[in-house]
Amino acid sequence: MLSAEGLRHAYGRVVALDGVSLTLVPGQTLAIFGPNGAGKTTLLKVLAGLIRPQQGWARIAGGRRAIGWIGHESHLYGHLSVRENLLFWAALYGVPTTERGVRATAVLERLGLSDRAGQVVWSLSRGLMQRAALAKALVHDPRVLLLDEPFTGLDLAAAAELRTLLGELRGAGRVLVLATHNVDEGVELATDVAFQRHGRFVQLAPRGARGTADIAAAYRRAVTDA
Amino acid sequence: MRELLGQAWTVARKDLVLEFRTRTALLSAVVFTALVLTVFNFGRDPTAVATIDLAPSILWVTFTFAAMLALNRAFQLELENGALEGLLVSPLSRHSLYLGKLLANLGFVGVVEAVGLPLFVLFFNVPVAPVLLPLIGVIALATVGFVSVGTLFSAMVVRTRFAELMLPVLLLPFLLLPLTYAVQATARLLAGRPLSEVSGWLKLLAAYDLVFVTVALLLFPHTVDE
Repeated sequence: MLSAEGLRHAYGRVVALDGVSLTLVPGQTLAIFGPNGAGKTTLLKVLAGLIRPQQGWARIAGGRRAIGWIGHESHLYGHLSVRENLLFWAALYGVPTTERGVRATAVLERLGLSDRAGQVVWSLSRGLMQRAALAKALVHDPRVLLLDEPFTGLDLAAAAELRTLLGELRGAGRVLVLATHNVDEGVELATDVAFQRHGRFVQLAPRGARGTADIAAAYRRAVTDA
Repeated sequence: MRELLGQAWTVARKDLVLEFRTRTALLSAVVFTALVLTVFNFGRDPTAVATIDLAPSILWVTFTFAAMLALNRAFQLELENGALEGLLVSPLSRHSLYLGKLLANLGFVGVVEAVGLPLFVLFFNVPVAPVLLPLIGVIALATVGFVSVGTLFSAMVVRTRFAELMLPVLLLPFLLLPLTYAVQATARLLAGRPLSEVSGWLKLLAAYDLVFVTVALLLFPHTVDE
């Protein structure tokens, strides 16, 4: 479903990716933890096809149509309503004309945005904007979700709701790759955990039965020892 | 091909909806056109140079700089909330993105020209009515030429500092040819010369359009990909 081999990428002398390889199958969720500047965003951008790696390759079955992407920004047009934005992105992702409205309505309902559907995006709060960005990423029912710090700006209730939603998506056989610097976010969702530092995976393993505290301790050791 | 054009239309329609909803750049361009024509009208000595000799150059200088406002905003609006990144992750082909932007820019500049031409007639009292159709042909061909190149440069400079300054500096040298052709053709039309005298300029404009739309289409993917 998603595989990458020997990814290497540098910005001048700064190495952002250094020999990263991974393979994920449906139902797997990889949580990538790393400090700022570890190369998490670059990895997600390479997986999404936004950056061509200088070495190695990355492949996602189904190509760009299969990807749902949440980056640092919402990708929403401020002067379009939430629903208009979803219809636009659904069209770009090749959702048939007759299904776009139904998909938009369903995803708005699922994310609790039905009453905001007609509201222009620039008037949304930060948290609502993040939810609308998630709706945009889900409107074409992607097989692979790439999430870069998806909990940023969400209040506790919205973050919990997002975790529930992502859990449902994992249960439905979607592949999720979640990058964050905060171990408390997303550990519960993960089937696999990677610690990234200086562009390298210093550890990549199934989460197993480890709890948040164990992983947080392992993460601290990994990023300080590496 | 159908998908390419369908996606291009989706992008163009979104841009036009955004523009006509905010009207920021459109109003600025229309007001700019009216002001420039007013300045030229009062800032010249009608006894020194005949209006009919000066009018074609004034018309094209006005249209060119008004078009710059449209071209500047073409990709600026994709920077809002990082929408450009979303477009590049999506299955939207780079060629569709270019064609969509080109269509939207043509629509925008077309509206500015539709407002500017009557003002031009009003201020300069030139006999446009008998040559209206061929004049519209000249305007259409020249507009396609400079908007096709301008759309490419707009994408190139959008992520640079001082994009609004860079665009005219890069673009104007490429506009010398189509502007020369357009001024020559317009001058002959307004002077009541036979159409056979204009056809050569029209062919040159058509050739410029063909070459530069093709070249811009081929180069565009390299300007937006990292």
